[in-house]
Amino acid sequence: MKTFKSVFALLVLLVSVAFTVKDEGAYKIGDKVDNFTLKNIDGKMVSLSDYNNVSGVVVIFTCNHCPYSKMYEDRIIALDKTYKEMGFPVVAINPNDPSVSQGDDYESMKVRAKEKGFTFPYLFDDGQKVYPKFGATKTPHTFILKRKKKDFILSYIGAIDNNARDASNASVKYVEEAILSLIDGDMPTKTQTKAIGCSIKTKK
Amino acid sequence: MKFRLILLVLASTFIFSCNTKNKKVTSADLKVTDGAIRILNYDQLKPLLEQEDDKVHVVNFWATWCKPCVEELPAFEKLNEEYKDKNVELLLVSLDFPNQIESELLPFIKEHQLKPEVVVLDDPDQDKWINGISTEWSGAIPATIIYKNDKRAFYEQSFNYDLLNKELQQFLN
Repeated sequence: MKTFKSVFALLVLLVSVAFTVKDEGAYKIGDKVDNFTLKNIDGKMVSLSDYNNVSGVVVIFTCNHCPYSKMYEDRIIALDKTYKEMGFPVVAINPNDPSVSQGDDYESMKVRAKEKGFTFPYLFDDGQKVYPKFGATKTPHTFILKRKKKDFILSYIGAIDNNARDASNASVKYVEEAILSLIDGDMPTKTQTKAIGCSIKTKK
Repeated sequence: MKFRLILLVLASTFIFSCNTKNKKVTSADLKVTDGAIRILNYDQLKPLLEQEDDKVHVVNFWATWCKPCVEELPAFEKLNEEYKDKNVELLLVSLDFPNQIESELLPFIKEHQLKPEVVVLDDPDQDKWINGISTEWSGAIPATIIYKNDKRAFYEQSFNYDLLNKELQQFLN
């Protein structure tokens, strides 16, 4: 009985530690990001490590259904077009569980990407293993990674700019400014910003 | 036009309130009753998030387009019904876009017969006001604040009634 109790206590401890670690384990600015491999809308697998000849990668967690994501779609395409040439391509990832987020299934991702003419991979975080590591909580949520040989270093977390509804009235374009700083070899002046978004949908 | 007039009146009420030092801005001062709704920027909303009136304030950030927000609304309505005579005040802060207030928000309020007070927060500088409301907040909705005087708690999560009621108890008495 005593053994049982101590085993149980140990289990409880382990579980709580596991959860705590998971929660606090999200990448912070300056951390090295682990490789991930996810399925793109063209059926091919895409890995972060495939990007071995770029200066960095702009990872954007986004989805089909969220109005904030939709408001940013054109701006994400523009970002990719401009900064891919300068060594910072966009990689979009849908982090939602489609069983609880209508319209965010793999087939709908293909449809949306075609409609909008996405110029970048739109990956499906099947099993929702990747977004928690980034500490992404909402869509859209941007993470800029700078490549340092084989490593990818997290250099910016947050919003694309400071006006979701109206691109022309955005007075600070956070992501563009961050990329330009990184190209110059500096850290972005602002490495973390916040904006409203749709919470990432998971099964309860 | 009528809508603009109401806004103007509200704005002047607000300026007046600010000029009168120490005068508390209460929800009642600014209430609109004829189907229009208050649209506030963060500086205007802020006083409603820090009223020191010995009441427990529950403030929920939501939007009609946010599915989990809409799903948890009944829990907040129930709380409002159960506790409105017990020094608990509920405020629903909508993040619906200004161009969808007439087309989405007002019909939603009418259709669901929402009794708690609803205001719209419209302020483009999100990086400023999200941190202002809580540094813990990543910006995902739903999100909720419960506070009484200077005791406060922030929740970036969905609630059901039992959970919400449980959190509220920490602020009663």
